[in-house]
Amino acid sequence: MNLKIYEKEAGMEIYMEGELDHHGAKDTMRRINSAIDASMPQTCVLDMSGIGFMDSSGIAVVLGVYRRMEEVSGSMRVRNVPVQAKKVFKAAGVDRIVDFE
Amino acid sequence: MQPVNEMNLEFPSRSVNEGFARTAVACFAAQLDPTIDELNDIKTAVSEAVTNSIVHAYPGKIGPIHIRARIFEDRSIEIVVKDKGIGIPDIEQAKKPLFTTGNEERSGMGFTIMDSFTDKLVVRSRPGYGTTVKMLKKMLPFAGLK
Repeated sequence: MNLKIYEKEAGMEIYMEGELDHHGAKDTMRRINSAIDASMPQTCVLDMSGIGFMDSSGIAVVLGVYRRMEEVSGSMRVRNVPVQAKKVFKAAGVDRIVDFE
Repeated sequence: MQPVNEMNLEFPSRSVNEGFARTAVACFAAQLDPTIDELNDIKTAVSEAVTNSIVHAYPGKIGPIHIRARIFEDRSIEIVVKDKGIGIPDIEQAKKPLFTTGNEERSGMGFTIMDSFTDKLVVRSRPGYGTTVKMLKKMLPFAGLK
């Protein structure tokens, strides 16, 4: 998983690129968590336009970011979710918890 | 019903093989001329089944995972993912949404995803002998043949 993390005035933007499965999930979570811990942003936007494939590991990653942002009293949004990943989130009901653009 | 074609695949339970397994099954399923969405459904379901075996079947060691895929004349594919691991003591509990014995990077949604991305899901397990997940997916008829 390739991550591009930008800290802007409006908050943090994370661009995810590649296939998000169990194999890379732990490392992805670790890198995102340490970026959030380091700068404690008000908002965090996960841009998933570069996700070629995602399974339920992506649910754990997104909910992990959601919880981490709650811990630092911030909020998070997910945007540009490809069709396949959207279907995974929907099947799990994640779209009822997390804000999708 | 006799299968039109069949393939068998075996690999060790290393997480790097998750991508290989779902892509290999998708390549085989391409013979049915599925839509992109159907192909993605197959990839997703296979990824979940294989990941379950990789995470749970062989604690602290590496063991074999076997996949058999068969395609039928009615444009359906049957995918069987099998391990010889520790098995699942309570399948009904394991299938419940959000239930997981895995770490923080697991969501407990694997069986829920397999169930909603395929037409039929059968899970059989015997503690000490292994787990078999059988999934059936039927492609929609060709647009021109409806």
